[in-house]
Amino acid sequence: MSEVARFIVEYTRFLDPNGELQRDLPAFARHTSELRDLYQQMIWVRLFDYKAVTLQRTGKLNTYASTLGQEAISVGIGSSMQKEDILCPFYRDYAAQLMRGVKMSEILSFWKGNEWGNHFSQCPADFPICVPIATQLLHAAGVATAFKLRQQARVVVTTCGDGATSEGDFYEALNIAGVWQLPVVFVINNNQWAISVSRRHQSHAQTLAQKAIAAGIPGEQVDGNDLIAVKFVLDRAIDNARAGRGPSLIEALSYRLCDHTTADDATRYRCKKEVQHAWEEEPLIRLKKYLIQQKSWSDEEEEDFKKQCTVSIEKSVIEYLSLPKAAITDIFDYQYAKLPHELIEQRIEAEALFKLSQGLR
Amino acid sequence: MAEITLIEAITQALRYEMSADKEVVLLGEDIGRNGGVFRATVGLFEKFGADRVLDTPLAESMIAGLAIGMATQGLKPVAEFQFMGFSYPALDQIINHAARLRNRTRGRLHCPLVFRMPYGAGIHAPEHHSESTEAIFAHIPGLRVVIPSSPARAYGLLLAAIRNPDPVIFLEPTRLYRLNKQKVEDTGVALPLDQCFVLREGSDITLISWGAMLHETLLAADRLLKEKGLSAEVIDVATVKPLELNTILTSVEKTGRCVIIHEAARYCGVGAEIAAQLSEKAFFFLQAPIQRVTGYDVTVPYAQLEKQYLPSVTRINNVIEQTLEFA
Repeated sequence: MSEVARFIVEYTRFLDPNGELQRDLPAFARHTSELRDLYQQMIWVRLFDYKAVTLQRTGKLNTYASTLGQEAISVGIGSSMQKEDILCPFYRDYAAQLMRGVKMSEILSFWKGNEWGNHFSQCPADFPICVPIATQLLHAAGVATAFKLRQQARVVVTTCGDGATSEGDFYEALNIAGVWQLPVVFVINNNQWAISVSRRHQSHAQTLAQKAIAAGIPGEQVDGNDLIAVKFVLDRAIDNARAGRGPSLIEALSYRLCDHTTADDATRYRCKKEVQHAWEEEPLIRLKKYLIQQKSWSDEEEEDFKKQCTVSIEKSVIEYLSLPKAAITDIFDYQYAKLPHELIEQRIEAEALFKLSQGLR
Repeated sequence: MAEITLIEAITQALRYEMSADKEVVLLGEDIGRNGGVFRATVGLFEKFGADRVLDTPLAESMIAGLAIGMATQGLKPVAEFQFMGFSYPALDQIINHAARLRNRTRGRLHCPLVFRMPYGAGIHAPEHHSESTEAIFAHIPGLRVVIPSSPARAYGLLLAAIRNPDPVIFLEPTRLYRLNKQKVEDTGVALPLDQCFVLREGSDITLISWGAMLHETLLAADRLLKEKGLSAEVIDVATVKPLELNTILTSVEKTGRCVIIHEAARYCGVGAEIAAQLSEKAFFFLQAPIQRVTGYDVTVPYAQLEKQYLPSVTRINNVIEQTLEFA
């Protein structure tokens, strides 16, 4: 018997949960001003997230999927991508979406059940949040195919959760990305829970990153709560993809501090102790500690910044709440490029009933 | 102008449109050097190269998802599923995404793509190679389902499907692939989608069909004329979704009698939809109940019994006679 292949899966971390450096910082992180900006992005999205949950609890939003505790992954993605790149996200990437120009009012609109929330007036090429698990990875591969065929130096980043790695589309996307050496980066937000199914029950594989090995593409793990590490591995993966060196898979280890969605109650299936422990490792505290240590941040600055965020978020909420209600005719008008004859009659009927109901109100 | 088969007409349309529009890209299993299992793409890899004719790994959901992503970037992918029975892993992508992307982004992103697939029974193929499940696709808002029944319509409708800005399910009846030849001008002229074709005018009864069953339907019309001296109007629905009812309605208002023929199982078949719409809109013109001649509501049998499963000319004529005799 002889050995035919051997694989390793690397893990990257710079900052431990206490904000202590584990290894020399990469070049970008030596500028504390940049780290400060990234830290502020995390605060911003966390406050937005809290606000969205509050809106849901007070009846001003329908079911909402929180991103609490996973901000570093999404901020890393948002900061590593170029404007001309395309994001095919799952539903916990508000930070990346916001950084790329999606409006808060659009994200809120989406979760209020209005398709106009996917219209992305300031970010016209990105994909909307994808709900059917792992299907977006194939769209990303398709977009990357177009980039490659057209010889454009553009990259697609697509995201999914740990549960998605059990789906067929996950493997199919990795496989084609490998065969065609597509400019795509797959990011797994491994937050340990797929609704109520724990990581241990999702896969017997030691890491999710190793699933890349079967597709012949690089796969690595990163501490998803260490923003510096996330950005470091993402920059490298995106550079590789842009330079024609092919796709990669990044498994970012984090924890879902929130429920699956506002319709879920995670206390039914996981213990308090585990969540308490996860709070000690969450991404904001460690970077804050480090920045304070570097004299680049203070509690006072944080309070001031949070106030600014709150003002801006409240403004977006007002914008969201004052958006026009969805029009019934819209459900017909975007089904096809041109309204088919068979739909004209139904459209007239629905519009008449809609007007009648509006009048009765 | 040479006479060509339906499958050659498909190749001709693909070749024409790939020459005319560099955004048209083919993808599928074995479509490259092999030219496709039915040879629909024969010669195209050699003519247009590996960047226009993409041989994919064996994964149907992937083919569909990839085509969706490509289409959002302005490419016009024409994806081939090897047989309709193998398109089902792609249903998630087709139903949840291809059909919905325009609507869910309110027109921001859309999917100008074609999913081609051979379909139907009658060629002694192995298990799972004889499906006729057009109703599954026809049920989905946002999709178009187009079925040619002759070389000329295969050419013209496929061109129209590729040029259409929305996803089109293009079903190619395997039984007709090499059954007949016809002169087809290669001038790039498309036929209209969302429109029925009156294949034969008549005054005594309306026969409605699509795909391979038009072969038997036309023979049944011949027999009716020869044996009874009665004329049937034969309509090829061609686009089963969205359905253009006007042509059908005009005909049924004239003849007062109607038989719908399809090889798919009867229950919730497209024939049921046509019958329902006719009962709503042509009730006072009907002189007899609308009848259907269809595949039975059973799993399409293996090759030994597929001929008995498919509606035969005799079965169609029997039902035509019942419908005509109804007082």
